Amino acid sequence: MSTTIRGRVHVYRRDHINTDEIIPARYLTSDDPEYLGLHAMEDLDPDFPKKVQSGDILIAGKNFGTGSSREHAVWALRAAGVALVIADNYANIFYRNAINNGFLALEVPGAAEAFETGDEAVVDLRAGTLTNSRTGQTLTFAPLPEFALKVREAGGYLEYLKARESAAS
Amino acid sequence: MTQPMTLAEKILAAKVGRDVVRPGELLEVPVDWVLAHEITTPVAIRMLEQRGMDRVWNPARVVAVPDHTVPAKDIASARLYQRLKTWVQKHGIEHWYDVGRGGIAHTVFEASGLPAPGEVVVSGDSHTPNAGALGMFATGVGSTDLAGAIYAGTFWLKVPETLRIDLVGQLRPGVYAKDIILEVIRRIGDDGARSMAMEWGGPGMATLSMEERFTLTNMAVEAGGMTGIIAADDVTQAYLREKGTPEERWCIFQPDPDARYAERIEVNLSELEPVVAFPNRPGNGHPIAEAQGIRIDQAYLGSCTNGRISDLRIAASILRGRRVADHVRMIVVPATQAIYKQALREGLLEIFVEAGATVSYPSCGACLGMHTGVLGPDDVCISSTNRNFTGRMGHPSAQIYLASPAVVAASAVAGAITDPREFLTETATQLSA
Repeated sequence: MSTTIRGRVHVYRRDHINTDEIIPARYLTSDDPEYLGLHAMEDLDPDFPKKVQSGDILIAGKNFGTGSSREHAVWALRAAGVALVIADNYANIFYRNAINNGFLALEVPGAAEAFETGDEAVVDLRAGTLTNSRTGQTLTFAPLPEFALKVREAGGYLEYLKARESAAS
Repeated sequence: MTQPMTLAEKILAAKVGRDVVRPGELLEVPVDWVLAHEITTPVAIRMLEQRGMDRVWNPARVVAVPDHTVPAKDIASARLYQRLKTWVQKHGIEHWYDVGRGGIAHTVFEASGLPAPGEVVVSGDSHTPNAGALGMFATGVGSTDLAGAIYAGTFWLKVPETLRIDLVGQLRPGVYAKDIILEVIRRIGDDGARSMAMEWGGPGMATLSMEERFTLTNMAVEAGGMTGIIAADDVTQAYLREKGTPEERWCIFQPDPDARYAERIEVNLSELEPVVAFPNRPGNGHPIAEAQGIRIDQAYLGSCTNGRISDLRIAASILRGRRVADHVRMIVVPATQAIYKQALREGLLEIFVEAGATVSYPSCGACLGMHTGVLGPDDVCISSTNRNFTGRMGHPSAQIYLASPAVVAASAVAGAITDPREFLTETATQLSA
């Protein structure tokens, strides 16, 4: 698995971006990722689904993903094309959901100040660095927890659980 | 010699069979209960089916309650309900609360006689900490975690730090549990307890009923909390006996006096005033005086936070003999069928109807903008619910103010956000006259 990721960033300099903004409840009667992706971030930025392209990176402030437990928030972002999210830190359940889906949610304090929308970000997961290609500024972050990496390698938490169980029997 | 622990640490340590656990440790925790509703569970079931993992670790320990969009508001929600029900029947899920016999999952669960102190419950719903008021570890998870818990009877957890909240004094008339939790979130911020356990206690706790306590732990997530938790005391035990929870299952823990807390705050109930959380964050609390006079279009009384019988009684005491203002729609949603029946017996529903309010069936309703009272563009709503995020109850331009049921009822009558104490004084005067 490649440990370097490059992508164009969308910066939202706001704290407490909540799951109602990421995917409003009016769409929760569906769990089809493609459909959810068409409405990702709609109540925060109605143009987001049109602007975002596959492989893009979302950058925000602190407590990203607060609110409802809906895993639909992770699915909507991923289906919209978001490769990873970078924020100062995350709400508990959103962070769990990201890990369980093998979806990268990196904690990099100050990232929202170091980027403008449209910049290219280079993330080195192994080195724990985030670089702005335009400015050359590099921020560092703590490596992902061992558990998160194992789940990501397994392809998700349920795959991890299943593999562990068959290994034990 | 064991090390001192907080209440959450003690429950988790007991669950994993250890003398001590410490914040930051990753544990695999056995669950006692999985609470399942029709929005996040069907997708969890499909995940298991797709992977050849369609089993239930213990059908006697799953409580299934469709609540978000029941009775079905459209074909898509009817399908979600069917997917839940089919699974319940296939696996012989023991505790199934169908439409007309259930209500909001958290509120059904708390009063079901099933949960006991010392137990662990997970649900695919962020207001699961509600049950923490019974001295249990209760937390919300996503659908994958829910699927894992259904399959294996366990879930992974990073042991949370604990924030301790000590209550002193006693609430004055017109001030309620909702005002306490809104004040705490205002003080510590919307992420003030991020990924932490919020442990409530102190001498003031003894003055609060179980229904009031559920309101406190219910909104842990609005401060970022992983759970809210209150050690079981005499009030809890009386409640458990009334609900018929077998005493041999109670496992009552107390936090150690020298437990290590990430932070400790005190709230003097005697000094508290009614609080209103302005749009668009629950932590955006203001004293009622600053909200006084804001014109409203809708008054919503319901939800797992404040749709209990005590909430309906408070609202009815204000609405008795009065009318909802001409330009206001008031919607009353008893949280469960049992509460609905009780309110019917006590004549509360008649008071609401006579006042010009509409009484809806038990469900999550408009709290998350799915049905029964969805807000339109620029609507202003005073609500006894738990979130006032942009678009939460409907159109993104609608404005939601969170407050106690008393504020909701008083505001419905006045047509604008109003201090309920004006009405309570009048009511008291009328009664004594």
